[in-house]
Amino acid sequence: MLLRILRRTGILLASLVASTVLVFAFMAVLPGDPARVALGVNASDEAVGQLRREFGLDRPLAAQYLSWIGGLARFDLGTSYISHAPIGPQIADRLMVTLWLVVTAMVIALVVAVPLGTVMAMRHRRPSGVLLSALSQVGVAVPAFLAGILLITVFAIGLGWLPANGWTPPDQDPVMFVKQLTLPALSLGIVQAAVLTRYVRSAILDVMREDYIRTARAKGLTPTQALRRHGMRNASIPVITVLGLQLATLLIGAVVVERVFVIPGLGSLLLDAVSNRDLIVVQDVVMVLVLAVLVVNFVVDLLYLVIDPRLQVSSR
Amino acid sequence: MSGQRVLQVEGLDVSVGRRGLLHDVTFSIDRGERVGLIGESGSGKSLTGLAVLGLLPEDVHARGTVALAGVDGNLLELDERRLSHIRGREVAMVFQEPMTALNPTSRVGDQVAEAILLHRRCSRGEARRAAVELLDQVALPAPAEAARAYPHQLSGGQRQRVVLAIALANDPELLVCDEPTTALDVTVQALVLDLVVRGVTARDSALLFITHDLSVVATVCERVLVMYGGRIVEAGPVEEVFRRPRHRYTQGLLEASDLEQAQEHTRLRTIPGSVPPAGRFPAGCVFRNRCTHATRECETLPPWTGPSPEQGYACFHPAHETAQVGS
Repeated sequence: MLLRILRRTGILLASLVASTVLVFAFMAVLPGDPARVALGVNASDEAVGQLRREFGLDRPLAAQYLSWIGGLARFDLGTSYISHAPIGPQIADRLMVTLWLVVTAMVIALVVAVPLGTVMAMRHRRPSGVLLSALSQVGVAVPAFLAGILLITVFAIGLGWLPANGWTPPDQDPVMFVKQLTLPALSLGIVQAAVLTRYVRSAILDVMREDYIRTARAKGLTPTQALRRHGMRNASIPVITVLGLQLATLLIGAVVVERVFVIPGLGSLLLDAVSNRDLIVVQDVVMVLVLAVLVVNFVVDLLYLVIDPRLQVSSR
Repeated sequence: MSGQRVLQVEGLDVSVGRRGLLHDVTFSIDRGERVGLIGESGSGKSLTGLAVLGLLPEDVHARGTVALAGVDGNLLELDERRLSHIRGREVAMVFQEPMTALNPTSRVGDQVAEAILLHRRCSRGEARRAAVELLDQVALPAPAEAARAYPHQLSGGQRQRVVLAIALANDPELLVCDEPTTALDVTVQALVLDLVVRGVTARDSALLFITHDLSVVATVCERVLVMYGGRIVEAGPVEEVFRRPRHRYTQGLLEASDLEQAQEHTRLRTIPGSVPPAGRFPAGCVFRNRCTHATRECETLPPWTGPSPEQGYACFHPAHETAQVGS
């Protein structure tokens, strides 16, 4: 088991290094000179050249790459080409906002999908189960930003229950924070819930066909008891796999939803940086997103070890 | 047929949609009796076992009566809650595939203890101790340690013994075994069979033993029911049925497993044709399209010939003394 963890950690580190190369290479081949953009079309070549030197853009690519990852290793993400402010603290602030959004959405998705998927599986032959199944299919087809616009139309503009946009940090005004978080988290969460529900349903259907469920029922457990005591843990293995993948989808979905709801998260930072050609910020934000996805996958792999004793090969 | 009746199955019909899978299955088992249910795959043996436990798949429907000693009413008409109190206590089952019959994420001892906790008032600790004792009874080496193991840490034979321990946990009136040794090595088979027999003998439980292996029936059972095409075609004491089969299907089945004769002829005799898919058996005698003795008469359903449902056959052209087999 320890060997497995060590190997998995090795894989995590290797993919991290590989992704820094990829992200850097992508940015390097993008057309457009950041210094020229920063100073505007009318700037003199001299001024542009000076700025390039200041950013280190005149150095060879390898040197630029090494100084970038050298900085990353020391948690120094460099300074913005546009605002000349250090990027690290800015990303940290924005990341907190996005994490609030993504984690809340994930919780909503779980709270909706697990019971709903279970009911759908247990009633898959009855009309109620089929109806729920069809509804979730509709949910899968709706993109998060559309769900967001619909939610704003109904709950913010129509009913006036919740603000249509904005962001307040939780330590400043907790009530306002919850109010403003609700709609964006819902629009991300509901769509994910629809997808997740289908996976929960099929995972539970698969598990209920297993021989050990029949053994459990022969013991005297009702189908519901058998599912709760013997099915859930086994069904959670494929569901956790999907959850890991969905977290990546959510991070990307957040980029768009933050735009719709005017939330100062990582997504809006990324979009602003892209339109300003603030390449170093783009590079850093993408790197942080990649890191988040890699870490989530790492955690998912460790969870398998906890859930499935068959993977703990070396134990006993 | 002395002793207390434990299981009485009468006119059991099982169907999926309009397709009949079992027809008019009638038999009974007394306390302490060991009855074999034999037939080729697809003959309806396992369905009979599942119907007795009320564990048929959702879309499969059963009619008729299944009565169990100590339970009021027809098992086929009880709701899921009542049934769950009967399963595992009055009637228990051991299944065919030991590799998948246990929950891979739960410790073996906990899975045995759960069967005890479900039907008895006792503490977790007591149930756990009882589980270890049961594992000892089914001859699992180092039972206390085995109780802490996960299923994947045990061999197929060991897992099947755990399933047997679960089935015997509450001293059931009736134990149903569905091909419990088919998936096991021959050497392990004998051990598990011995444990099954010892387990039911010690509890004076009735045993319904489903198998396609005639030699297994011969070692384990006193009586035998021969099933083909969803019907019981012959029944009687093992000794008698195996020495002097009356139904032509039983005769064919015995010839197909007779190794002594095979040595003379160098090849085993086989029954011509194959078992039709479920619900596609001919009308009248279900065996007639594979039977060399079939006549026009066989197009009507042959009546049961014999003193009781426990002894007799359903065949118009029964085999006689000429069909002596074995030694």
